[in-house]
Amino acid sequence: MSIVVDNISRRFGGFTALDRVTLETKPGEFLALLGPSGSGKTTLLRTIAGLDFADEGHVLFDGQDMTGTPAAERRIGFVFQNYALFRHMTVADNIAFGLTVRKRRDRPAKAAIAAKVAELLELIQLPQLGDRYPAQLSGGQRQRVALARALAIEPRLLLLDEPFGALDAQVRKDLRGWLRRIHDETGLTSIFVTHDQEEALEIADRIVVMRGGVIEQIGTPAEVQSAPATAFVSSFIGETNRLPVTRRDGAAIIGDGLATVPDEARGQGGGEIHIRPHDVELAQSGAADALPVTVLASRPIGRSRRITAELAGIAEPLTFDLPVAEEAAAGQSLSIRPVRYRIF
Amino acid sequence: MLRTKRRSALPGFGLTMGMTIFWLGLVVLVPLSALVIRAAGMGWEGFAEVGLSPRALAAYRLSFGAALAAAAINAVFGLLIAWILVRYEFPGKKLIDAAVDLPFALPTAVAGIALVSLYSENGWVGSLLAPLGIKVAYTPLGVTIALVFIGLPFIVRSVQPVLADLGRDVEEAAATLGASRVQTFGRVILPAIAPALLTGFALAFARGVGEYGSIIFIAGNMPFKSEIAPLLIITQLEQFDYNGATAIACVMLVLSFAMLLFVNLLQAWRAKRGTR
Repeated sequence: MSIVVDNISRRFGGFTALDRVTLETKPGEFLALLGPSGSGKTTLLRTIAGLDFADEGHVLFDGQDMTGTPAAERRIGFVFQNYALFRHMTVADNIAFGLTVRKRRDRPAKAAIAAKVAELLELIQLPQLGDRYPAQLSGGQRQRVALARALAIEPRLLLLDEPFGALDAQVRKDLRGWLRRIHDETGLTSIFVTHDQEEALEIADRIVVMRGGVIEQIGTPAEVQSAPATAFVSSFIGETNRLPVTRRDGAAIIGDGLATVPDEARGQGGGEIHIRPHDVELAQSGAADALPVTVLASRPIGRSRRITAELAGIAEPLTFDLPVAEEAAAGQSLSIRPVRYRIF
Repeated sequence: MLRTKRRSALPGFGLTMGMTIFWLGLVVLVPLSALVIRAAGMGWEGFAEVGLSPRALAAYRLSFGAALAAAAINAVFGLLIAWILVRYEFPGKKLIDAAVDLPFALPTAVAGIALVSLYSENGWVGSLLAPLGIKVAYTPLGVTIALVFIGLPFIVRSVQPVLADLGRDVEEAAATLGASRVQTFGRVILPAIAPALLTGFALAFARGVGEYGSIIFIAGNMPFKSEIAPLLIITQLEQFDYNGATAIACVMLVLSFAMLLFVNLLQAWRAKRGTR
């Protein structure tokens, strides 16, 4: 199913959670809403689900206006951060809930419901645990049950609100790949909210980067990494060294003339240059297009050497990844040339 | 047999259990057993003559009946108030929250006098009800209303934390799964808060059975009609009939204990069937 979010605004008192947000998904797509807390990503997800309602704008499912339709009538699967399982019901009853609350004429027969539950327990790889209560399961198992419960109603759309937020690192990693496989098997359009960029980069088809209630960029993981549309996206996704620049006639002067690099966009006035730690090389000392830094610390990490260094007049220390063979001692002076960078 | 030498991650069972039994004995069991011993000294004839007299039976019926009815009414409206206080934000919420505890804080006699002035035939509410043929003051209905007033905080304060702990997202999950509000309430919320509701009900009921101060003004205290058991005990005491008072007290004690035990067993049975 395709979803269109058209010019949605939502205010809570004086706080604007969503400011004229427009978004379109393709059928079968796995979309991530990524942003820091307060960016409006959860509000957007809840508005699509019908758990929150916009002050302005429309939500369309396959061209049909759903703006005022309550959640119960949207047939969406929603997975909550804290599982939201029904504590007094067994795992099987939790999964069956969406089917058993249907009106009698739409309700499958008891045997059909049991078969569906068994099938879903198989899908979430917990076939033996149908008789357990949620309290007897681990966090990862609970979230899988929550997903099975959402899938039981054969939703048109799957929405996940920080589904792995409450789990520890290793379980998160395992569940990520598993969720992507489930998505591919079911072919459902899925949207999930996360503040973890690694998670979004790893499993989403496209990433919607949000800040302060507006969308900063929509793009594939490759696009948001290599061609960030704004300074915020650049610094939010991946590590970045940020330095002030003055742009003049196709050149960008870093700091107060510490180094000068070409500015292909040919901007004018003040700006900010973003340099990823691994997008640098070692230069001859005194090179005009290299940063004269003093090493603070140096340690090998895998196949690269991570250098923490300081630059005269810049408060924040910088980080660079050089080949592991490049020895560097604390206190040593180095010339670091940015190879790839973006100027905003 | 409990092995006392076994090491435990939570040591101190022996000491705390000893303290518990000592304290419970001192505060609860010794006074009550004195009551039972005194009643036992009367002999069955003497005991039955006062404790099971028609007048006493009518008083028990009123005390327990009104307490049950009031607890049931409170279970419904107390739940509603707890719901409002937990789920919604509105101006004056803190005031309402504080007002719930007033029946706890107010001297019961003050409550009784207030209720009488309100519900007597020339009171604000009583004068409106009188033309409809409904008499509140000096009837069992008045007793029930007084007990509703007294018992309300028990339900609200028992249910409130459990409801808050239940979380919005569980209700929202039910909604996204297609459940109506009625289904969500009946199948998700009520089962989850039932133990707390039952506890609140038991507390309100127990309080209602023993309540005295707020009722005597509104009850009118007519034997066989609006006379509650605690009042009957006071009446006996005023006539220096300590044995009679003890007999009635004993019957109340047994009945109350039986009902509270029943509620506790119900809780245990529920807990066995599910949840933790």
